[in-house]
Amino acid sequence: MTTLTDPPRESFRLSMLIYDTRYRSLTIQVVALIGFMLFAAWLINNTLYNLAVSGKSIEFGFFSEPASYDINQRLLDYNSRDSHLRASLLGLLNTLVVAVLGCITATIIGVLVGVLRLSSNWLVARIMTVYVETFRNVPVLLWIVLAMAIMIESLPPPKAFRGENPEASMMLFDSVAVTNRGIYIPEPLFSRSLGNIHVLGESSLRFDVSLDLMLFLIVLGGSIFAMRKVSARANKLQEATGDRPTTWYINLGILVIPTVIVLAGLGFYLGYSELKGFNFQGGTYLRNSLIALWIALSLYTAAFIAEIVRGGILAISKGQSEAAGALGLRPNRIMSLVVLPQALRIIIPPMISNYLNLTKNSSLAIAVGYMDITGTLGGITMNQTGRELECVLLLMLVYLVISLSISGVMNWYNNRVKLVER
Amino acid sequence: MANASFVRTEMLPEKAPPGTAVGAIGWLRANMFSNVANSILSIISIILIYMVVSRLFSWTFLSVWNANSLKECREIMHATWGETEGHACWGVIRERWLQLLFGFYPPELYWRPILAFILLIGALGPILFSGRAPRQLIYLTAAYPFLLPLLMWGGPIWGPLLVAAGFAIGYVGYRVLEPLIGGLGALVGAVVLPVIWWLFVVGPLAGALSSVLPIGLETVESRNFGGFMLSILIGVVAIGCSLPIGIVLALGRQSDLLIVKAICVGFIEFIRGVPLITLLFVASTLLNIFMPPGTNFDIILRVMIMVTLFASAYMAEVVRGGLAALPTGQYEGADSLGLDYWQAQRLIIMPQALKISIPGIVSTFIGVFKDTVLVSIIGLLDPLGLATAIRADSAWNGIYWELFAFIAAMFWVFCFSMSRYSMYLERRLKTTN
Repeated sequence: MTTLTDPPRESFRLSMLIYDTRYRSLTIQVVALIGFMLFAAWLINNTLYNLAVSGKSIEFGFFSEPASYDINQRLLDYNSRDSHLRASLLGLLNTLVVAVLGCITATIIGVLVGVLRLSSNWLVARIMTVYVETFRNVPVLLWIVLAMAIMIESLPPPKAFRGENPEASMMLFDSVAVTNRGIYIPEPLFSRSLGNIHVLGESSLRFDVSLDLMLFLIVLGGSIFAMRKVSARANKLQEATGDRPTTWYINLGILVIPTVIVLAGLGFYLGYSELKGFNFQGGTYLRNSLIALWIALSLYTAAFIAEIVRGGILAISKGQSEAAGALGLRPNRIMSLVVLPQALRIIIPPMISNYLNLTKNSSLAIAVGYMDITGTLGGITMNQTGRELECVLLLMLVYLVISLSISGVMNWYNNRVKLVER
Repeated sequence: MANASFVRTEMLPEKAPPGTAVGAIGWLRANMFSNVANSILSIISIILIYMVVSRLFSWTFLSVWNANSLKECREIMHATWGETEGHACWGVIRERWLQLLFGFYPPELYWRPILAFILLIGALGPILFSGRAPRQLIYLTAAYPFLLPLLMWGGPIWGPLLVAAGFAIGYVGYRVLEPLIGGLGALVGAVVLPVIWWLFVVGPLAGALSSVLPIGLETVESRNFGGFMLSILIGVVAIGCSLPIGIVLALGRQSDLLIVKAICVGFIEFIRGVPLITLLFVASTLLNIFMPPGTNFDIILRVMIMVTLFASAYMAEVVRGGLAALPTGQYEGADSLGLDYWQAQRLIIMPQALKISIPGIVSTFIGVFKDTVLVSIIGLLDPLGLATAIRADSAWNGIYWELFAFIAAMFWVFCFSMSRYSMYLERRLKTTN
């Protein structure tokens, strides 16, 4: 008989920290952590010392001081006595405005160009190739500055609209004025307005909620909800009997009639802009810097999106559409039911990063004087208060939060549409 | 009955296809006028092309070259065509093209950036056209990081030489120490010795050597750098330094070590989440605050550091894509051969992963190169910044399109050729796999 002996109990030796793979990873991580913390401590120590030498400290009190500069394109009311915090908030909103506008137009142009590049029409395909290659290979900042120069140099000044025989005239039934200072479009107004609710009183974060807009949105939301109900009922009927009831006129009625009633009840009319003195008054004013930035960012990003869309469609094998055709689907249903759902899975992830790029590129607004968050917080506020550290770090934080939220939302959408692999 | 047959017994010769289906007309019908919608599209396109091309043609070629100010330009235009609109004034390019290329670099020293650029192509040869470039060029590649600053900034030869000697010290140290204290200790020694050398010995020694033997090139101040030279310099340094950093970050992000991974992910996501312009603000305002008191290195170096960090985060993602694209079998195969982590990376994983990610690396380079124009916002004289400076001259006040056209064309040529190169590489790699 042999007796079973316990395996020899290993005693822990210090050299095992390096030579035993079980402990080595631990050692490396601890060393890395210590190194990282030492590096961070070194940076912070330097910073604190340098700040102390120059007599500064890290504080955010400057945010409540009056900004005393003007923001010429804004969504909320603002005057130069407002605080730096409010100026930054308006800058943030301006960033979001141009990012959202840019993403929408870039997607539309990009998808169009991407599809047209695959067109059987040789000439159209070549034109789109030239467009894509031109825009992709020249820096976006150059496009922004160029768009701004075109706005300023080649569009008529407001004074050209004056007189008996003006050199320039307003477009679209005298409603839109395109000038070198920007574009004036009609603004929606209500003669029997319900008024606004002032939220947050007089603080820096105050904003107005338009009750008219709220009512309009609620009615529109209700209409869309009802439309979906009608469609669901039609689907059910189709599955039960095979016949689909005609619903488009019901849907149209549900969509149009309540909103028209609401608009008529509120006394909706368009406020046109008019030339008064040296400039146009009234209407909604889109500043030339906003337009230039918007156009340049859209066209630049659209060139990248076009390539993504083209790649996505090309990646779907021809067999898919042929098989769908063999099943008897018509061309547009082949596109919407077979090709696009598969292409979307390929298109969406790179599209997310392009939206992110557009948002980050909108920080180049500072080159044309559009007051986005970089122009307010990272521009005038920083120069006025001399608080570089706080301003730049906050600026980075803001962009980081925007980027992470966009990628979070888009990844959630991506997870919804992506192929569930087993 | 005659032998009448109603069935043809011999083949008819092939008929030529109808004239509308062959040649230029056939091609046009197939590719541009196949149906009504296509025809309308084609006609609209032709009108559009005609409008754009005719304007662009007369603007570009019916233009004024020999004028020394915008005013003179307009006078010549008025005398020649009776109008001042619609004609380019290339006089500004003729007068300032050297400035747009080199900034305020001393004209008698232009050979230095040009030589650096030529050497760059040579140094990139072994990497870009592996297998087709002469093998000896690899020595140039190794020496280039030390040649570049010497050529661009000038100064005594000893600084770059002694820095390069640090790597030799590290290598010799490893060889000497390995039999004495084992591999790991030798590795630590090979890292610590050069660092000590660089931190404490290089400075005084270089000073002493250059006072004894003042060999070197004339020094050029950073503030004289500008134009496309500056863009290319920042781009090349950023991409050259970001590749190794990016590889390390990608490996860190893929590793099982939790803390290392967290640090790498945090760095990459942070850099990728903020616009480059904020990093340039850090370079222009904050970097000196972060450094020990008394450190004062010039703005171009600071910008290079930040652009390098920026590029390495993107590079890390490209390399990570390459790592993820490798089949798991490659990793398992390396493990089963008994290779340790670094051996596996060096011999099996990295050669393949980098090969896959070369197109991505090139497009990162294009992106970084394009992004270098952002430095004009913090006041460096890159082409766009120089354009503003040229406009500030009273002779050229109000000139826009010609400068933009020149800068855009230069960028286009660089970026387009790089993207074509990347496509060529993709094709070449496809056949080998």
